[in-house]
Amino acid sequence: MLKVKLGGTLVNKAGGRTEFEVEGANIMQMLRNLGRTCPELEPMLKKGVSVAVDGQIYRDAMLQPLGPENEIILLPRMAGG
Amino acid sequence: MPLDANTPDLRTEFKSVGTRPNRPDGVDKVTGRARFGADFSAPGQLVGLVLRSPHAHARIKSIDTSAAEALPGVKAVITYKDIPEQEGCDKDVLVNIMARGTALYDGHAVAAVAATDAAVARKALKLIKVDYKVLKHVTDVDEAMKPSAPVLHPGRFEPVDYNSLETASHVSGKQETKTKTREGSNIAGRYVFGHGDVDKGFKQADIIVEHEFKTEATHQGYIEPHACVASVSSDGMAELWVCTQGPFMVRDVCASLLGMDVSRLRVTPSEIGGGFGGKTTVFIEPVALALSRKAGKPVKVVMSRSEVFRCTGPTSSASMWVKIGAKKDGTFVAADAVLKYQGGAFPGSPVEMGAMCAFACYDLRNVRIVGYDVVTNRPKQAAYRAPGAPMSAFAVEGVIGEIADKLGIDAIDIRLKNAAKEGTVSSYGPTFGPVGLVETLEAAKAHKNYKVKLGKNQGRGVASGFWFNFAGNTCVSINLNVDGTLALALGTVDIGGSRASMCLMAAEELGIAYDDVRAIIADTSSLGYNDISEGSRVTFSSGLATIKAVRDLKKRMCGRAAKIWGIPEDAVKWENGAAHPAGANAGGFDPLSIKEIAAQASATGGPLAGHYEINAEGAGPSFATHVCDVEVDPETGAMKVLRYLVVQDAGKAIHPSYVEGQYQGGAVQGIGWVLNEEYFYGKDGTLQNAGFLDYRIPVCSDVPMIDTVIVEVPNPGHPYGVRGVGETSIVPPLACVANAVSSAIGVRARTLPMSPPKVLAAIEGVAASKA
Repeated sequence: MLKVKLGGTLVNKAGGRTEFEVEGANIMQMLRNLGRTCPELEPMLKKGVSVAVDGQIYRDAMLQPLGPENEIILLPRMAGG
Repeated sequence: MPLDANTPDLRTEFKSVGTRPNRPDGVDKVTGRARFGADFSAPGQLVGLVLRSPHAHARIKSIDTSAAEALPGVKAVITYKDIPEQEGCDKDVLVNIMARGTALYDGHAVAAVAATDAAVARKALKLIKVDYKVLKHVTDVDEAMKPSAPVLHPGRFEPVDYNSLETASHVSGKQETKTKTREGSNIAGRYVFGHGDVDKGFKQADIIVEHEFKTEATHQGYIEPHACVASVSSDGMAELWVCTQGPFMVRDVCASLLGMDVSRLRVTPSEIGGGFGGKTTVFIEPVALALSRKAGKPVKVVMSRSEVFRCTGPTSSASMWVKIGAKKDGTFVAADAVLKYQGGAFPGSPVEMGAMCAFACYDLRNVRIVGYDVVTNRPKQAAYRAPGAPMSAFAVEGVIGEIADKLGIDAIDIRLKNAAKEGTVSSYGPTFGPVGLVETLEAAKAHKNYKVKLGKNQGRGVASGFWFNFAGNTCVSINLNVDGTLALALGTVDIGGSRASMCLMAAEELGIAYDDVRAIIADTSSLGYNDISEGSRVTFSSGLATIKAVRDLKKRMCGRAAKIWGIPEDAVKWENGAAHPAGANAGGFDPLSIKEIAAQASATGGPLAGHYEINAEGAGPSFATHVCDVEVDPETGAMKVLRYLVVQDAGKAIHPSYVEGQYQGGAVQGIGWVLNEEYFYGKDGTLQNAGFLDYRIPVCSDVPMIDTVIVEVPNPGHPYGVRGVGETSIVPPLACVANAVSSAIGVRARTLPMSPPKVLAAIEGVAASKA
């Protein structure tokens, strides 16, 4: 089981809830299961989010492996200048 | 370790990397031979011009283009009707490039013409009759959040209970009794970050400092205006030559807006005369394509400077409140902030990133940041170097400076005491890996500038800053030429000297001379998708892909050597620019140099090339510390920056001169933000200073030589340890200069820009309070 924390807009969409426990062996599976657990998040997850895994921010690497030992934090999709 | 970063151990010894060769584009740029956006021309091209709204907010009742269309020499006139909404396109971008029913800001495009020359095109614009109903407008972020404000997008954003907003209790102090509106609001989003118990934390504080801050919108100030040439042929195939940070983005967005197959549009980027984030979206490009499609001829559109200011994206203006509590020894115990950023007429201000960066430099157990994304009757904001971060750092670092002063603690020591380091849970959530803030603080403290004794009316400021740095989609090819030199094809526009850096990395990896590698920026039909050159990603991502493409090429060259020698491929290794037998058992062959392999390529199997594509991850964040000395003239309020030091973590500086250039450029842009730059809007909501005469960016005489120190804390996500460096350098200057001015004149400046009249008023205010 993965522990997933939410940040920013995602907390609003999840009705103020900041943490979820979901199954998943990689980012894609985690996001899919999170969307099923909390359908309110689905539109934002589909639009794109950033995922911080042990401090490393991933914007697109959907196949990045995840395990229960990882610190997983969902952040808004980020871009720079 | 990122999924696809099958990199070996971090490389620490280099021959080419870290040297300072001449830039490959240098001669072209100083001789005028370099081709920028407006330098492209196509046979038979027309001149395209855009008609723009003179009103900040107006309903477009009708547009009559008949007279313009009848004018001899006019080949096409378009309005929004010529760019119908396509399924799946970005509606905000669609509306921004051409108003649909309502003009949302001064300068909003309403129609466009293509004519045989500029004089005819200008005349045609005057013949277009637009019937407007002028609406109430709002350009200030605080005003836009009030229920009495005109709503830009009725029904789009949920109505809000104004009295429930943090802004009502913490910032404005002017609560309005009306709580909800039927039309909704201008508040496009509310975001919260943080952890711990802020209220509990503040109870532990010996000192609490809180203040409100405001910053004005500033433009990126790139010297080259937006320009493009579009050519759509009768069979629907199209080409676009354009000045942009992201040709693949331009291709995909334009195709989406115009209902084209992506494969039918080929985009070729020009040299770029500055972008800094402002060229990461589209403005005139789809309009030029639509004109060309209708006219059946190439169309060139070049923005005037006035159009650049009125219609492209500056950064957000901001209104902020920050509160920090500390123990007597300087330890921060709690931090709280409310950030309100207006992003122009559409949602998407960088307030989320400003919120995440606000306290990122510090190890805080109790922290909360609330951000509001607000729409106003201004042009849609665009990214500007570390979008959102300089404003929140201005507020946070200003409060920290005041706490240090009140506690009598050195400005660098208090930051060292609270600095984020490896293992710190960041204020925005993730735990930091290896980062270099402490190293930048220590280097700043050790620098000679920090020891200079200050004179009368002089002050010193310190500020630190953070930026995430990004990576992303990258695709690189490297081709071995017949003489052993190499052609490196990159898909990321060179906005900061990246061609030189890529050549250095390729040369390093191959063990050959830098001059033997020549890099070009390819068009969108020549390489796979590359993300925009943004987010300080290019040296990291394209560098990573270049290294991997070169390794692919090396493997192929070793394979050729193996065939020539008749030994197994794995019995060949690459060293110092040549294939060698991997050991005594491999055979006693003389090494085959890259030139020898190239000369035999045709006879041994054909051309040799390396290729790599990746959605790169693993860009390490970058921290910086700046130190600034200023002198203020007490009679005029004018100030002079005496010394300015940038210390920043680059991970590994591939081309140190370019790294220093990024540090210096960011600092100078930040100094301009503090001293003079701002958008002036008249009472009618129109921009009053749409030109460089009235919008004053810094010139050489405004700034001293910017001193730099490159700190190198390697990023484990890159084979050479690279971190992006392009954006962090603009984060600290706003606060750094403001802290220096505060130190010089004894009052804290909390509104930018700190133009001489404002500084003089502050000086006179202090004098009056003492009288």
